[in-house]
Amino acid sequence: MSKLAPLGIAAGLALSLTAQASPSVEELAEIVAAQQEQIDALQQNPSASRTHIGGYGELHVNLVKDADNEVDFHRFVLFFGHDFNNKLRFRSEFELEHSLAGDGAPGEVELEQAYIEYDLAPGRYVRGGLMLVPVGILNETHEPPTFYGVERNRIESRILPATWWEAGMAYGGTLAEAGLSYDVVVHSGLAVDPANIAIRSGRQKVAEATANDWAGTARIRYHGVPGLQLAASLQYQEDLSQAADDGVDDALLYTAHAIYNRGIFGLRALFAQWDINGDVAAAAERDRIGGWYIEPSVRPDPRWGVFLRYEALEQQRSQEETNTIAGVNYWLHEHVVIKADYTVRDNPDDSEVKSVNLGFGYQF
Amino acid sequence: MIRTLLALLLALAGTAHAEDIILAPDDFLASAFGGSPPPAQTLWVTGELRESAQAILGHPPRSLRVRYWRDSERSAWILEAIGKESPITAGFVVENGELREAEVLIYRESRGGEIRFPSFLRQFPGLRLEQSGLSGHVDNISSATLSVNAMKKMAALALLLASRS
Repeated sequence: MSKLAPLGIAAGLALSLTAQASPSVEELAEIVAAQQEQIDALQQNPSASRTHIGGYGELHVNLVKDADNEVDFHRFVLFFGHDFNNKLRFRSEFELEHSLAGDGAPGEVELEQAYIEYDLAPGRYVRGGLMLVPVGILNETHEPPTFYGVERNRIESRILPATWWEAGMAYGGTLAEAGLSYDVVVHSGLAVDPANIAIRSGRQKVAEATANDWAGTARIRYHGVPGLQLAASLQYQEDLSQAADDGVDDALLYTAHAIYNRGIFGLRALFAQWDINGDVAAAAERDRIGGWYIEPSVRPDPRWGVFLRYEALEQQRSQEETNTIAGVNYWLHEHVVIKADYTVRDNPDDSEVKSVNLGFGYQF
Repeated sequence: MIRTLLALLLALAGTAHAEDIILAPDDFLASAFGGSPPPAQTLWVTGELRESAQAILGHPPRSLRVRYWRDSERSAWILEAIGKESPITAGFVVENGELREAEVLIYRESRGGEIRFPSFLRQFPGLRLEQSGLSGHVDNISSATLSVNAMKKMAALALLLASRS
């Protein structure tokens, strides 16, 4: 017998066993189909995808003429959400500002959103918890790839104090055929210091906040034309300082904005104003605080766009500040952007501040 | 004022019908095929088709196979894509390589629901597949950018799949 005979017998046996164990092409197709059914079922299993994590962040470099330059990881934000079912969900936003928080540190750790939302019907919701106030453009949508400019505009910082969140309950919905959406919120209010009547520092951030006087905000938005958004919000607070007999009484905020994107062209414009009643507010000439901006832009390519923005605001009557900003955004990815701009600020005392600002931002 | 608003909210919550389906998939199919949709078929998304789908979506398709409905040159596709956090279910009708209809069937996101508005959806009919995108511009909805992007990707994917089915 050849020395190779045992090997040949073994090989033949193995082939025979393999042939018996191997499924036919039809059986293989059935197996693959069954496995795919299982994969599809797993992918559609809500428990596998009920909890969501997202986030955004932005790093800024401010090169200021005749002053110190600054580099700052301005915002690092994480979103956590959970869908209890298709109609009931939890959403939250957790932020570290300026990179370092604690005693003597420049930054803060902030809970900016934490609410439960329930769908009453298609396009109708009720929401309760800690939520963003529905005013302006940036307060609710401020992920860096969604707007031009390294720094946010000054109107939506000093007049509309974005990011502005309060605790409350909201009801809203859409009227699809009319292209309308609406929101009504009753919420905690600002507590402005009568000594300076500065809106931004009146935010209490729902941190052991005074809640003697609450506020209500209503917003309506129109999306009936592709690329167009028209919106208006009205807010009333019973006492802006939340302290009786201090000369700062009730306040009304009204704001409107327009966004229009058509082809490569874009335009944003916003107006916001506070009317504040009270003797102290009138004497300080801070009974009317407001501002506006307009921002045309061109995005010839999905990867880049340029813009020009002009802002004017008064935080005290006849004390106007203006800002002129020109810049460029370059999107490395639809969710990752590099920004550069040149800003000229004219202060109420006629001083001027010029800066070149660089930054990058992301969202996921 | 607070008591009044709370009472209003509770009343609304008590009377509303809990339902988040904008257009039931069966109703969409019935509408797409004049009331009597054809039997569902299956398209395997493998090989070169999978690579083309990935070029559109920016990631591999979640499933290796997609169900669809076809009657002659007219086909209907029900697809899902994540907007910001949750899947959006949308239906598309394709005929002769061209989108005939786009509908949002189920919307689960907290923001961006304006993509269900007819004024937005009217931009899709007539669009074709061009490279890995749509042949025409779809105007964005500010504050709903991620949902808009998801709809555009699903529309392009429907056109791709229809061309290979």
